[in-house]
Amino acid sequence: MLTILFDGIAYGMLLFVLACGLAVTLGLMNFVNLAHGAFAMAGGYVTVVLVNNLGVPFFASLPLAFIVSALIGFVFERSLYVHVYRKPHLDQVLFTIGLVFMAVAAVDYVMGSSQVYVRLPDYLQGRFEVFGVGVGRYRLLIIVICGLLTLALQLILSRTRFGARLRAAVDDERVARGLGINVNRVFALTFAVGSGLAGLGGALGIEMLGLDPAFPLKFMIYFLIVVTVGGTSSITGPFIASLLLGIGDVAGKYYVPKLGAFVIYTIMIVVLIWRPHGLFARTAAR
Amino acid sequence: MPLALETVSLQRRFGGIVATNDVSLKVEKGARHALIGPNGAGKTTIINLLTGVLRPTSGRVLLEGEDITAVKAHRRVELGLARTFQINQLFADLTPLETIGLAVSERLGFGNDWWRLVGSKGEVIDEVVHILDQFGLADVMDARTAVLPYGKQRLLEIALAIACKPRVLLLDEPAAGVPEHERHDILAAVAALPKDVTVLLIEHDMDLVFSFADRISVLVNGALFVEGKPAEVARDPRVKAVYLGEAADA
Amino acid sequence: MSAHSTKTVSHHLATRARWHPLEILFWLGAFSTIWLLPGKHLILTEIVILGLFALSLDLILGYAGIISLGHAAFFGFGAYVAGLLGKYEIIGEPFLALIVSGLAASALGFVSSFLVLRGSDLTRLMVTLGVALVLRELANRYSDITGGADGLQGIVINPLFGQFRFDMFGHTSFYYSLGVLFVLFLLARRIVNSPFGLSLRAVKGNPLRASAIGISVNRRLVAVYTLAAGYAGIAGALLTQTQAFASLAYFDFDRSADLLLVLIIGGTGYLYGGLIGAVIFKVMQDYLSTLTPQYWPFWIGLLLVVIVLVGRERMTNWTAPIRSFIDRLDWRMRAARE
Repeated sequence: MLTILFDGIAYGMLLFVLACGLAVTLGLMNFVNLAHGAFAMAGGYVTVVLVNNLGVPFFASLPLAFIVSALIGFVFERSLYVHVYRKPHLDQVLFTIGLVFMAVAAVDYVMGSSQVYVRLPDYLQGRFEVFGVGVGRYRLLIIVICGLLTLALQLILSRTRFGARLRAAVDDERVARGLGINVNRVFALTFAVGSGLAGLGGALGIEMLGLDPAFPLKFMIYFLIVVTVGGTSSITGPFIASLLLGIGDVAGKYYVPKLGAFVIYTIMIVVLIWRPHGLFARTAAR
Repeated sequence: MPLALETVSLQRRFGGIVATNDVSLKVEKGARHALIGPNGAGKTTIINLLTGVLRPTSGRVLLEGEDITAVKAHRRVELGLARTFQINQLFADLTPLETIGLAVSERLGFGNDWWRLVGSKGEVIDEVVHILDQFGLADVMDARTAVLPYGKQRLLEIALAIACKPRVLLLDEPAAGVPEHERHDILAAVAALPKDVTVLLIEHDMDLVFSFADRISVLVNGALFVEGKPAEVARDPRVKAVYLGEAADA
Repeated sequence: MSAHSTKTVSHHLATRARWHPLEILFWLGAFSTIWLLPGKHLILTEIVILGLFALSLDLILGYAGIISLGHAAFFGFGAYVAGLLGKYEIIGEPFLALIVSGLAASALGFVSSFLVLRGSDLTRLMVTLGVALVLRELANRYSDITGGADGLQGIVINPLFGQFRFDMFGHTSFYYSLGVLFVLFLLARRIVNSPFGLSLRAVKGNPLRASAIGISVNRRLVAVYTLAAGYAGIAGALLTQTQAFASLAYFDFDRSADLLLVLIIGGTGYLYGGLIGAVIFKVMQDYLSTLTPQYWPFWIGLLLVVIVLVGRERMTNWTAPIRSFIDRLDWRMRAARE
């Protein structure tokens, strides 16, 4: 059972790294970016190409996945997304759906529609025993990397000036602007980093989640659940939501295989009935 | 005589901020009661608490003796409580005819009718036209609300609350933002309100307040500061201090 | 005393509800295809079904302002109910099965409406998406009943009303679907021009104010969501009955996304948008899929992005000269001007 817990935590942390960019984007600009998964997919395919085709070592490909996704995110944000910020939610939804469709079709065209795999280095394969608990090496790596990332994010948010500006802008954009904070720049940078993290998550997740052109569509609901259940006012909310979802999904598929996938949806429905604005909504009940 | 409207130790917190602080307001039946206070005192919050848009952190709201603290906002309208908004809250794409028609239909119980066509019930039309005439909106009744001049929109805002035939009416700064030449219509409409309707008025315009109100409550920092007849309140040095900023501890 | 008599005001309000000459033209044109395009009945049936599906989305999106990413849930549900009713011979006559499927979809809509009402726009997107995914999973899991990934096959559709066999040229299918669409359209038209419909427009425009004049916003939204779910379910059932097949793809997100596009192309909030959009979309799809069969989603995506960037309002500005021409044609307005 502890193995399940361990696997669930790994899955959850991976989800967190994938989804935290979306959470911050939503909290910051109230922008629903359904195309977030496309950046994750980009990172994943970058790694696949680097490792499988160009022989780059797996570890070296990870930062590159981050950078490429961050760059793509930055370019798209400055050129396309800016025009859509002030539009009603319906338009944002239509716009990002359009982007996802284009991304999926484009990747399908270039890389083919079958699932791709990446050759993990030998020392990352297999598992070892720790006090009788089976610990997958790769999953351990994921937990370590994602854990460090989460810590880094938390430190940046709470200790750096950029973090303070970001938190201010999330709290109240107009006041932040009034204080002289360059919200546009904060957002461009945040969007880029969020996309980069998604790309990194996509790369790390090839082994655990699989990768094919339909990835953004398949996992859109998971990211949305993390963000809705976890709320957008902090990092801890989505973090806990991701863990909940990860453990729930893995445990569900193991213990109740026939209904495994429903565990996530059930959790989502139950949470939304109980707390419509997410588990950690800042606004008190009306 | 039961009070038309009453709050009992009403409190509302937003995180660490106490927007409404232990307010026990009493509004007599048929009164013309004004609620005044400096900006940010929490006057609109009180209106929101009274109408059910906000839930109080503690305390109760009583309408004609009945506890309505847990009653939903739209139900309070049925019970006879209506309000206007400080910033016009109208239906931009509907015409005044449709807007008032909606309120009247709703009140008469036809709001849920999905089979009849709008405009087929004579009694509703009669009442709607009467209200529009009363407020001088008959000549624009077919125009989209969004294209109406601000003064007309403000009149529509008040007419809409009146169309609900409330027994208690809450007016949130009815003259706010209205240009000089259109103010007269607003003031006349407020003065012409039926005598049996209890009115709680929030206003900054002191001329309107003193010509209209028979009782004034002053709200400062979410708490009731001074209450009494207009003449008393006008003479009270503490009120002058609050408004002119010459507070004792400044 | 007022210069406006009750009668003239009544007359004026009812103007909206009276049939515009173009509407009559539209339906005459639609029905005339029975005789004018006998070879195209198969694709016309698909257009009609898509139009009905889009009409159901217009009810919640255009009239109540609810953005749904999972409207296909009701379409698929209705489709599978109709399929199962037919396959396991629970209800033999198709029209009866159609009604039952519609009611079943309405029930599902009713139940899920409470989730949809809570929370923000984002929660709504998620919940609607989630319901569609859950249904797809359910249909997938219980594959011994539903056929799973292969779809529901071997459905035998009995003759309509016991008389009219479903032929392979789609004639019966077309008359059937067009008839159903017309009746449901009439009903929807009646509803949106009623006090209930007016209150929906108010709720969409300003829910705060609507509630402040005594309208129970939630109850209205539940009602229209239930109705729209029923319409979507009937559209799905029609597809199953006219094709004797139902597939998991009916629940796909792609279906819900395509539907949004159909409605955006045609325009929301005037009931005809879904129908016009369906015609344009299907014609486009037919044309583009011969050019690029596999990558057609790319063009859909591009179209969506372009429409949003250009701005939906600007699109309606381009049609302004057409609309003023239409207004001049309007014999109802002519009477009012005299």
